[in-house]
This record gives sequence, structure tokens and C-alpha cells, in this order.
Amino acid sequence: MTAAAQSAPLLRMSGIVKTFPGVRALDGVSFEVIEGEVHALVGENGAGKSTLMKVLSGAQPADSGEIDVDGKPVAIDGPKTAERLGIGMIYQEFNLVPDLGVIENIVLGVEPRKGLFLDKAAAAAEAAKVLGELGIALPLDRAARRLSVAEQQLTEIAKCLVRKARLIVMDEPTAALTDRETDALFALIRKLRAQNVAFVYISHRLEELPHIADRVTVLRDGKTVGTRPIAEMPQDDLIRLMVGRSLEAHFPELPPVAADAPVMLDVRGVSSASGVPVNDVAFQVRAGEIVGLAGLVGAGRTEIVRAIAGADIPTKGEIEVGGARIVVRSPRTAIRAGIALITEDRKAQGLVLGMSVRENTTLAHLGQFVRGIFVQKPLESAITNKEIAELRIRTPSPEQTVRNLSGGNQQKVVLAKWLIGHARVFLFDEPTRGIDVGAKAEIYTLMVELLRQGAAIVMVSSELPEVLGMSHRVLVVRGGEIRAEFARADATPDKVIAVATGVAA
Amino acid sequence: MADPGLPGGNAPSAAVKAVMDKRADEAVAQKRRAALIRMLGFAAGFIVLVVLVNILAHGNFLEPRNLTNVLRQITVNAILAVGQTFVIITAGIDLSVGSIVGLCGVVMALVANTLHLGGPGTFVVTLLVGLAVGCAAGYVNAVPVVRLGLPPFITTLAMMQMARGLAFILAHGQPIPLADSSPFDWLGTGYVLSGIPGFPGIPWVVVVMAVVAIVFAIVLGRTAYGRYVLALGGNEEAARLAGIDTHTVKTLVYVISGGCAALGSMLLMARFGSGAPQNGTGAELQCIAAVVVGGTSLMGGRGTIVGTFFGALLIGVLNNVMNLINIESYTQQIVLGAVILLAVIADELRKRYLAGR
Repeated sequence: MTAAAQSAPLLRMSGIVKTFPGVRALDGVSFEVIEGEVHALVGENGAGKSTLMKVLSGAQPADSGEIDVDGKPVAIDGPKTAERLGIGMIYQEFNLVPDLGVIENIVLGVEPRKGLFLDKAAAAAEAAKVLGELGIALPLDRAARRLSVAEQQLTEIAKCLVRKARLIVMDEPTAALTDRETDALFALIRKLRAQNVAFVYISHRLEELPHIADRVTVLRDGKTVGTRPIAEMPQDDLIRLMVGRSLEAHFPELPPVAADAPVMLDVRGVSSASGVPVNDVAFQVRAGEIVGLAGLVGAGRTEIVRAIAGADIPTKGEIEVGGARIVVRSPRTAIRAGIALITEDRKAQGLVLGMSVRENTTLAHLGQFVRGIFVQKPLESAITNKEIAELRIRTPSPEQTVRNLSGGNQQKVVLAKWLIGHARVFLFDEPTRGIDVGAKAEIYTLMVELLRQGAAIVMVSSELPEVLGMSHRVLVVRGGEIRAEFARADATPDKVIAVATGVAA
Repeated sequence: MADPGLPGGNAPSAAVKAVMDKRADEAVAQKRRAALIRMLGFAAGFIVLVVLVNILAHGNFLEPRNLTNVLRQITVNAILAVGQTFVIITAGIDLSVGSIVGLCGVVMALVANTLHLGGPGTFVVTLLVGLAVGCAAGYVNAVPVVRLGLPPFITTLAMMQMARGLAFILAHGQPIPLADSSPFDWLGTGYVLSGIPGFPGIPWVVVVMAVVAIVFAIVLGRTAYGRYVLALGGNEEAARLAGIDTHTVKTLVYVISGGCAALGSMLLMARFGSGAPQNGTGAELQCIAAVVVGGTSLMGGRGTIVGTFFGALLIGVLNNVMNLINIESYTQQIVLGAVILLAVIADELRKRYLAGR
């Protein structure tokens, strides 16, 4: 930690209360950030982290409580006020204008002007200056929608700095980054910290906190459970504070694949041209086996599973499911053949958020519930109730709108949607992204259960421990091709990363 | 494992679970409460409105003759609005329905005048040709939307121009009177149940409107197709990945809208005994107003036929009352515009209340 002013902290929030109808989201939270520190904020989903940050950013006013900046009480009544106080927010879903270039995004709302007109040269100079100081290179003219996730994030950071932010809040900044990009981000955060910029760092990835955070504050059920230097907070203690009890386990034991298990999914020479081009991918998955696809973000892992599931149409290659060759022309043909794709982005691709748990559960197999011309709601409700019980989806009824469920429960609804069908091949793309530790464990358990029932599973994950811990075999993807295969016993983080980054063949 | 990574466990703590459960219970209770409040509000508002209106109109509003008039006047708009509801639920818009009304009217009048099949035959063939034209126009609207992802605002705007132009060309700029209107008179001016003493009967057009509304309410609410329309409007990509043939589902909503326009056109022709190329001018905005007042979201994913029907009814009642109490037509426009705005504001406030913001 840098030499911080010990007098008044940069930010002090005390006794913050925020109530939504029926829920006390924040129940007297206190939180303090000093100049030039990286302060981690952790807690299970629903603990109040997001709400606290919304209060800080002026997106939602608190019902009561005090906020001091530099020891002086302030009223943050909107994002503009927060910005003026030097508070910058970087949400998990970035706030960039997709069709504007990097420069325009960086100076958005604070554009330099020459009289009535925008001063483009000054804007470019300002952006270049900020980026130059950080030692980062970005394609300045490229539209934001064509930037990689990491580049978008750097743009967001530059945006904060142009606004002279002294405190930057980052929500799950590494969730979509590769390990190498994460390292680069950490280096950048350290550099800014040395310039006395403070960070509030929200993350589910507890293992990365010791590498980046100075102190950590744990929230639980809308209350502050404690704040301590990260060095005095071993991971186990942290988890105990988060959930209020200790959790053991990590990953469930995978049942071994039977020697005579039939090949359930056979992918031969599949190519596709959407997003990252997939080139000549071939692999097999046997019944009862999990094959993990490891690689950097943008390596083409998602595109591989999307081509198999017909989400993108393969341009070449053959796919066999359970020994029968299928021609994938649409998601529908893949589903009929018994392939289920659990997409990485449940809100954008997995769920109709405005529909109920029941309607989402039956959406992909609605034909099963039609008698004559009518959809039979009682049949739908029956099977939905069964899935709610089996998957332990926390919802008061099948009629609850899925928008109102927590991330983990939403993910379970996505799973329910595919479990009620006859799928034999499950393609999981980032199945545990952004969900809390309890729900993660339940999803792992479910995957094991599917194996016992003879399913074949392909799992894409950016969390290396998850790929290594939950796969029988690991395929490493780079540039839309499979570059290496490791049996579970040989798959070590070093070897996988070496191939993924191109250091090794 | 060298790195245990994120820890797992069997379930979140009891405390977390309790909070979750409580939150979910509250959410559903709140939803029910809001629905009840909305319904009671609607009913109370309606009764108050009717009483008030009746007083203002010196008791003329509740006259059976006037009530059937109101229903008769809203039929075309209500039928167009039913089709429009399907389009708007998919987050689309159909600006061409007014022009399709004009085009179908001209085509049907031309067909009726060339046929010599006798009453029912002429009626059926004319109607089928009209429906075919309306549905075909809807299909043409849909193709660029579905295949190229063009905005429906543009494709239907183009159809609005083309259909209207074609209608005028086919009609040589003049309304085409029916040579023999007898096969259509029952629909245009006839009544059902008019034999009961003291009861004026129900106009056939109102019966048609009711059937259309009921059939499509069932299609939207109870069939797989209706579910797919709602799902597609809520999240098209999720719907596609769930194996739904989104191209066909989307194409059909425009076909339905075109078909409803053709039906509306038939009612107008039967009523006035002619097919006029200028029929339905401005009708697209009228029916969009009914859909929006009826609570269907322009963002897609949400809407009901019942709501749309009441939207059309509300607008019809307002028109009728303002006529009864001699409000001049310019003022009427202002009032109608204000009602549309208020309806949407009320809907937004209701949503915010539900979202707890």
C-alpha cells in the first residue's frame, strides 16, 4: 500500500440502508476506502454489493446513511455528482457506445470543444495522453463493438481517468478475461494505485484477491461482516465470513468413464465462419465423459460448441450423435438429435427474462405439452414443479418471472429447460459464470448426475481450476483449432496455459 | 488439484436461503397485488367513466342504440389492432395495414363485380381473394425483415406507399361501387338476434369482431404458436436457440396482420357498398394507439388481445362521447393524443412500481 493520508479516508460510507419493496438490500452497511488502496468487496450473490455500488455511483439513492468524501459529507444524487467527486464505475456489462470509436467513447460527455464544435484533435490528444501514461495501446479509431473484452475494459478505465477519477469501482473485472489479460489488468491497477488512485474491486474469484487487493470487506445479507487486510484473511476464513459457515468440497469426484462406453458425440473436421473461425475441429466424447475445452477468451471455444449445436451453421464437417450422422442446419436439428447447448450468456441467449419459470422451462420442448391445439398448462406446471424440486430452484412458484431470480437460480432454469428433453449430449459454455459458490457446487453435482445417466458433456470454461477439476480430458483451443489434448492426470495449469498462449505447441 | 479454485458446497447457508425465499415470496405477492389493483382500478375507472359520460351526454350514452353504435364503430380498428398486437409483441410494427385496407377493398370490389356466382359464392370468393391479397402483402413485409434483418418500420413503410399507390391505380383514382351489394348487405347492415322485442340486436360486424378477437386471444394465450410469438418478442436469440423456427413465427405475425387488414377492409366494403382506394388512411396509427393503450409493450415480449380490445373500446367510447357532447373534432384529437400518452405513462409507472424502483 502506498503512503496513504491517515487523516480522513477518501471515502467513508456509514449506516447505509436501502430497502426495496419486501427486501432490505442494505441494512446499515459501513465501508471505507483510503487513497491509493485496492479494496476488495466480496459476498454471495444478493449480499448487497451491487446495491452498495449503485448507491455510491448515484444510480440509486440510499434511504438513509452517510457518505463522506475526504471527510466532508456529500449527497450523491446522480451519476454526474459521483463523477464530479472523482468516483468512476466500471460495470461488468460495459457502458460503451458500440458504434463510437475508442476516442469518442473515452471523451463521451466531456468532449473538448472549440466554440460550438467538437475539437477532434484535442480529444484524440487527450485519449492518447491517458493511454500513453498507462503504457497501453488501443486501436483508437476502432468502433467499440469490434474491440475484445479486454480492450473494452481498458477503454472504460481510460474513460474514468479522463474524468480524473480518484476511486474506480470495478465489478467482476476478470470474469471474461484470460489469465494473461488478467495479469495485464493487475499490472495496470498497481500502476494506478502507485499514482494514488483507489479501487473498489468486486469479484467472485477469491483466489485472485491476494494478488491484487490490499484490504477486503465482506458483505452478507446486506450487512458488513468485516474489513481486514487481505494478508490476515486466508481464503477459508473469507468463505466462512461470506456464507456464514465453512464450505469444503471444491469439485465432486468424477465417475471414471467405462472402458466400453460408446462414443456419444463424434465431431469430424467441423469448420464454421461466425465470430472466431473454427477450423477442422475433430474430437469424440464418450457416454459418461466430460471433455473440457480450455483456452483464452477469443480462442474459438464458444464457436466450436455453437457450431455443434447449430447456433452457428457449420460450413464443413460431420457430426454424429450416438452413432447417427446428423446434418446441423439450425438449433432445431441439433436439439432433435439430442444436443443441448447451455449458452455462456444466460440473459442474452438462455432465457426469456420476462417469462415465467414454467414458460422458460418448457420453451424448447413445448410440443410435449400440446394436446390438440392447446398447450396444457397443468402438464407444464407439473414438470416444472418437478424440476424446481430436483434442481432446488429457489422460486416461490413456477409462475415467478425469471428476471426476479438470482443468477444461480436463473442458470438452473436454463438447465431445467434442457433436462426435460431427451438430450444425450450437453454442451456447457461457462456454466458457472457469475453465480455464487453454493449454486456452483449444485451445478457440478448435476453434471456428475448426468454422467451417471450416460450423457456426454463438453464444457467450456475460462476458469482453469474448473476445467481441470471437472473434466476427464482437456482439449486446448487456440485460433479456432484444437492444439493439444491432455488426459486428466497430465493436465496441469502450466501445460494448458503454455498451449493456450502459444508458448508450447 | 494444485489449485482448489473456487470452493463449492452443497447449498447456500440457511440465512441466504431464507432471504432468497422471502424475497421471492414478496415478489409474487406483489405481482398478485399489482394485478388486483390494476384490475380493480380498471373496473372502477370504467364504471366511473361510464356514469360520468352518461351524465355528460344527458343519458344518451347508455341508450342501447348508441352502445351498439360504439361497438360498430370500433370494429375495423379493433380487428386491425388484433393483428397489430401480434406484430408489436415481436417488437415489430406494421405501418402498412391502412394501405392494405385500401388495396384489399379495391381488389375485392373488382372481384365481386366480375363474379357471377350468386350470393354466398360471390361473398366467399371475394373474401378469400381479399384475404389472399392481405396475407400476401404481409408476407412481402416480412421477407426482408426475416431474411435480412431490416427494420419492420422501413419495410412496412414501403408497403404502405406501394399498396396505397397500387390501390389508386387499380381503381383509377375513384371508389369502385359494388354492382350488386346484396351478397354483402347482411354483413354491412344486418343484425343478429334482432327478433327479440326491446333488443336492437347485435350488428354482424360486431359478431365478426368478437370472433376475431376471441380466436386470436386463444391463439396468443393457449397455443404453442402464441407462446413462441411472446418468447421471440422477449428474447429472439434465446427463442432461436431453444429450437423455435423464429423465421416462420415472425413471418406469420405479418401475415396475420395483413389478413386482419383484409378482413377489416371487407367490413368497410360491406358497409358502404364500395371499395375505395383511400379507405383506411391513417388506420395504422389508430390501431397502434389501441394496442399501446391496451398495454402491449412496444419493446416486445408482452401483450394481450383482451388489452388491445379494451384499448380500441376506450378510444371508441371517447370518440363517441365527445361527439355526443358536441366537442369539436380538433379538440377531440387533442384529447385522444393525451389519452394515449396517459395510458403509456400509467403503464410505465405500474412497471416501475412492480420493479420496486
